[in-house]
Amino acid sequence: MGESMSIGLAHYLGVAAILFTIGVFGIFLNRKNVIVILMSVELMLLAVNINLVAFSAHLGDLMGQVFALLVLTVAAAEAAIGLAILVVYFRNRGSIAVDEIDSLKG
Amino acid sequence: METLLKAIVFLPLLGAVAAGLFGTAVFRYIGGAPPQPAHDAHADEDGHQHFHYEGPRWPMMLTTGLLLLAAALSWVAFFDVVGGNTYKVVIAEWVRSGELVAQWALRVDTLTAVMLVVVTTVSALVHVYSLGYMSHDPHQPRFFSYLSLFTFAMLMLVTSDNLLQMFFGWEGVGLASYLLIGFWYDRASANAAAIKAFVVNRVGDFGFALGIFAAFALFGSIEFDPIFAAAPEMADRTMRFLSWEVPALELIALLLFMGAMGKSAQFLLHTWLPDAMEGPTPVSALIHAATMVTAGVFLVARMSPIYELTPFAQQAVLVIGAITAFFAATVGLVQNDIKRIIAYSTCSQLGYMFAALGVGAYGVGMFHLFTHAFFKALLFLGAGSVIHAMSDEQDIWRMGGLYQYLKRTWAMMLIGTLALTGFPFTAGYYSKDAIIEATFAAHTPLGEAAFWLLVIAAAMTSFYSWRLMFVVFHGKPRASRETLARVHESPAVMMVPLYVLAAGALFAGFLFKDWFIGQAEAEFWGQALYRAAHNEIVQAMHHVPAWVKWAPFVMMVAGVSVAFVFYLVKTDLPAKLANALRPLYLFLLNKWYFDEIYDFLFVRPAFAIGRLLWKGGDQKIIDGLGPDGVSALAAAVGRVASRLQTGYLYHYAFAMLLGIAGLVTWLMVGG
Repeated sequence: MGESMSIGLAHYLGVAAILFTIGVFGIFLNRKNVIVILMSVELMLLAVNINLVAFSAHLGDLMGQVFALLVLTVAAAEAAIGLAILVVYFRNRGSIAVDEIDSLKG
Repeated sequence: METLLKAIVFLPLLGAVAAGLFGTAVFRYIGGAPPQPAHDAHADEDGHQHFHYEGPRWPMMLTTGLLLLAAALSWVAFFDVVGGNTYKVVIAEWVRSGELVAQWALRVDTLTAVMLVVVTTVSALVHVYSLGYMSHDPHQPRFFSYLSLFTFAMLMLVTSDNLLQMFFGWEGVGLASYLLIGFWYDRASANAAAIKAFVVNRVGDFGFALGIFAAFALFGSIEFDPIFAAAPEMADRTMRFLSWEVPALELIALLLFMGAMGKSAQFLLHTWLPDAMEGPTPVSALIHAATMVTAGVFLVARMSPIYELTPFAQQAVLVIGAITAFFAATVGLVQNDIKRIIAYSTCSQLGYMFAALGVGAYGVGMFHLFTHAFFKALLFLGAGSVIHAMSDEQDIWRMGGLYQYLKRTWAMMLIGTLALTGFPFTAGYYSKDAIIEATFAAHTPLGEAAFWLLVIAAAMTSFYSWRLMFVVFHGKPRASRETLARVHESPAVMMVPLYVLAAGALFAGFLFKDWFIGQAEAEFWGQALYRAAHNEIVQAMHHVPAWVKWAPFVMMVAGVSVAFVFYLVKTDLPAKLANALRPLYLFLLNKWYFDEIYDFLFVRPAFAIGRLLWKGGDQKIIDGLGPDGVSALAAAVGRVASRLQTGYLYHYAFAMLLGIAGLVTWLMVGG
């Protein structure tokens, strides 16, 4: 490795943290539509996956990578269900704009 | 004999319970489908509803049969008691609380026997009459049950041996009166009249109750015998009442008389009686003419040992009685409703009775009660017969010329009118003239004044009675042709009671005058009525100047003549007179404005206080701070809390994030 800059655990964690933060802000600042929210959720899950894999490599424990695969499948299933709900919701309400989804308003 | 007396009292109760519980639709439909509204009820052209009764007939037959039996037994008891026997049948010990002991007993002496005969006889005849009069009413079993219940309560009242039992009967007849005035409960006016009767009677009952308390405080007993025995020693005692020291006996007598005034519709507390005519006519005849309203007279007569010791209370009775006789007669002059005319006449005649009691002539007052029951019930039932024939028309100016249609009813009304106005040898002639003579024979300034009031009232009695006869039965028919086409004589079941009462109205005075007020008087009444040694009014009564004896007759003739001229000869005279004396006419037509004055003095302030407490006290303070306030507070908190729920996803997500951040911070700092 020498003096060339080595990519260590901290870099992986930094990327993951940035991704996670982008995901969170994607949820908060998004005023447009629900698909963006689903995508943001996906981003956050990926950030978690990066964390898991990074720690797995760092600690030499495969358990983290196994768990990352599990999260991937769950994320896929979640995306499928989420999109399905979205389609049905659009059919019922004619809109998926986040601003207009306020049935719980008190 | 004891069994017989018990039977007299309890047979009506038996009938009332049987008919009331098992004869009415309420019982038949318990647990089953409710009755369908009568489809065959239809309204004819004048909007009058005709109903048909389809229920069982036994409740009516049972109550009537039991009452006839009780009436027959009463006459047996009457002649037994006249023979010199008195009875005291103890049924049960009712109340024993410290010194307060009240037996439930039947005290039967002459006074009670007279009342027994009057009450059961008139009641039985009214039951029979009602079989015809009420035959189309869909609620007959209830009606007959109430009538029998009333009779039982009245019998409890007249057979009482103590003030408490009398109060029980007193309230019982008040209840029955209320139920029967409001019998047609879908009429707003009937309900109002029933409530009015009940409330006005409460005023009198308040005095009655205080009188009972005062009697117990003074005598330590509410049974008649100990009270009467101890009364002479108590004549000088005083008692604190509303911070004054007042003579105790006078106080008791006045308080009890207050109760009598309420029940007997005397001046100031009379306003309920004319309104009570909202009830069915048989009720008016039984309760508001012959029996219940005479309970006050009975009370004063029963308490004669007290009243003999209380000259002031006696004078109060005399004054109130005379004023009532005069006042009610003046109002009766101008009334236009056939039943109201007779109602004011009743009020007036009750005043006569009290006037007699007020001069110490208890037997004379009771005699008038006895004869009045016959002819007043006759007049009322006759009026009912006319109303029945005229399709429930009560305005005398829409009748006229009915003589040719209703000859038998006319004859009955004629007998009643003759008896009421004191035509020689009819019942009223003996009793009413005796009262007028008694007031004169009292030889006191108040007695003198009462005498003149009663004599003038006699002329007015004659005038309004004959006015009714002439306007209803003679002259030109004023009813519509359709009504006249339907005019029919009442069926036999309604006419026979009239014949019996007519016989009473004609002969009761002549047959019984020796017993009630004549030579055999002292022997007849025995211990039932007490007169102090100096009270010789009954002897004095028979030795008044001839002009006094003739005065009522002259007045009667004068009244007839004026009525004859006014309503048959020069029929435009009454209207001219009414126009010439318009203020006086309106004053009388509006019953001396008593209803308006009471409305202003009592009813409206009572409503105002009620509204204040309702709107201010109850709705604003209690509800406002209590249930309504708490619920409003919960709603307000909820409204604020619900504003947190925006419904926007990102707000919830943000809250979650804040929560996580908080949680993590806490774990890191605190952990």
